[in-house]
Amino acid sequence: MQNSTSDKVFSFFNYFFLAIIALLILYPLYFVVSASFSNPTYILTGEMWLWPKGFNLDAYKKVFENEDIVNGFINTLKYTTFGTLINVIMTIMAAYPLSRKDFYGRNVIMAIFVFTMFFGGGLIPTYLLIRDLGMIDTFWVMVIPNAVAVWNIIIMRTFFQTTIPLELQESAQIDGCGNIRILINIVLPLSMPVIAVMVLFYAVGHWNSYFHALIYLSDKDNFPLQLVLREILIKGEMDEMIKATSESFLKQQLSVEGLKYAVLIVSNLPMMILYPFLQKYFVKGFMIGSIKG
Amino acid sequence: MEKIIQNDTSIQVDNISKKKANVSLSKWTNLKKSFRKNWDLYLLITPVIAYFIIFHYLPLYGIQIAFKDFIATKGIWDSPWVGMKHFERFFDSYYFWRLIKNTLGIGIYTLAISFPIPIIIALMLNEVRNSKFKKFVQTVIYAPHFLSTVVVVGMLILFLKSDGLINQVITLFGGTPIDFITEPGWFKTLYVFSDVWQTMGWSSIIYLAALTAVDHSQHEAAMIDGASRLQRIWYINIPAIMPTIVILFILNAGSVMSVGFEKVFLMQNSLNMSASDVISTFVYRSGILEAQYSFSTAVGLFNSIINFIMLVMVNYFAKKINKTSLW
Repeated sequence: MQNSTSDKVFSFFNYFFLAIIALLILYPLYFVVSASFSNPTYILTGEMWLWPKGFNLDAYKKVFENEDIVNGFINTLKYTTFGTLINVIMTIMAAYPLSRKDFYGRNVIMAIFVFTMFFGGGLIPTYLLIRDLGMIDTFWVMVIPNAVAVWNIIIMRTFFQTTIPLELQESAQIDGCGNIRILINIVLPLSMPVIAVMVLFYAVGHWNSYFHALIYLSDKDNFPLQLVLREILIKGEMDEMIKATSESFLKQQLSVEGLKYAVLIVSNLPMMILYPFLQKYFVKGFMIGSIKG
Repeated sequence: MEKIIQNDTSIQVDNISKKKANVSLSKWTNLKKSFRKNWDLYLLITPVIAYFIIFHYLPLYGIQIAFKDFIATKGIWDSPWVGMKHFERFFDSYYFWRLIKNTLGIGIYTLAISFPIPIIIALMLNEVRNSKFKKFVQTVIYAPHFLSTVVVVGMLILFLKSDGLINQVITLFGGTPIDFITEPGWFKTLYVFSDVWQTMGWSSIIYLAALTAVDHSQHEAAMIDGASRLQRIWYINIPAIMPTIVILFILNAGSVMSVGFEKVFLMQNSLNMSASDVISTFVYRSGILEAQYSFSTAVGLFNSIINFIMLVMVNYFAKKINKTSLW
């Protein structure tokens, strides 16, 4: 090839820039991990920048002693488990009938669902509705108003249509098997990959969301972890920057400094453990969705 | 002769109307048949339909309070109509132009930076032959997608505050620390580049997928003709993913006025308000915090209408120029 030198130069820069991009993403993440094990003084003076300095686990101890964080963690765990359970069941309940060609009216029902992706009442009318339903500050407000996502119904319906053989369902029907039994005994066992995708999609969504809780929860005992994180990491810092800081405040700042990094780690622990699965299944689910959409 | 022809047509007309009747009749019988056979499927989907009606269609009914003075004790229906009062108040208010400027500013800035970068990354990753390196880079750059907005903004503050890592580096090189978080001038840049940091990897997936569909024989032919890799990217790969780029551009450009609430709200503070106040945070403040329900519904409705018009317009132009569109 006549352009081989220019191709080699191109290849070198390609690898070089990709490595820089990867580093730019990795370093902040790595810094947080390293800082969470370090003595806070070294972080404030800038002596810790690569390896943990003054290694200790005090920050983690403080995280687990902090009642708000522990309580938030438990709340988030509850919202995520129940929420995801409701999400997945509702998604199956909608996606299976819609996947059946002999289900009359499926286009109309699909249109009813898809319409809501483009038009909504907006924040205030939705808030007023939920207030009128008496759901403010209840457990249910965290799991019911977001019970199902249209996009995920589409993904699951596409999966049912393309991967579950129709003949299998038809022969079961001839054998006198009812629709619900076909769904439970034949379709669902064959759909585990897409169910895994759904569980992950919804669970990550619940784990990371704060907006819903911000609007519909006011009782601190119900706060999910993300709202507690917001108070510690963002509100606390912003208040500090705006108010003039006093001597005692500085001391207090020093004590929470290390905790901030540790709480970042703790709050993302489930995600870190699940990341290999997340990556694999998320990309897969994303693909099924985008091909159809 | 004529009579026969007339007769003939009348028979035809008759046939057509009969067919029509048959169609509507068969619609009914189809529904009845399907319902008898699949009644359990209808039962299965009923709760989901009920959910959509309650949580997505009932709020549509509540939009009317944008044209009313909502009084809680009277309810939505019995509150008095006031016409365009709330819209006029919004258009005349001191905030109006600031909100438009910020919302549009953040939207366009994001579109200009966040949109092209994933395309470049996908093109670069596609050229990597070492599969281990490729896998490593992908694993790293997808990771921030799974972090919550609170975590990303929290990290941003930890790194950029007055005694954070970045300012330590600045002072190390003899500069003076910058108040990134409270300085209005920095807000949009921080917003956009932290967004790039979080989403560039994930957004590149769709282009990578489109690139796998490129016909390899085209590349071979180009190589025989002596095309360099850059030339092959420019003349083969980019045209191949152009439809994907256009569709995603339409979607992104259409939502240029719908800057998300979540991140802006977290990055906002009383000092950078002049640059960070956008329509969605304004709706939250005036609606949820100050309980001006009718007014903030009107502001939100105004925003949705603008968004919809934008989407339709961008789609129209894309159709004219590129013959690719959403509908």
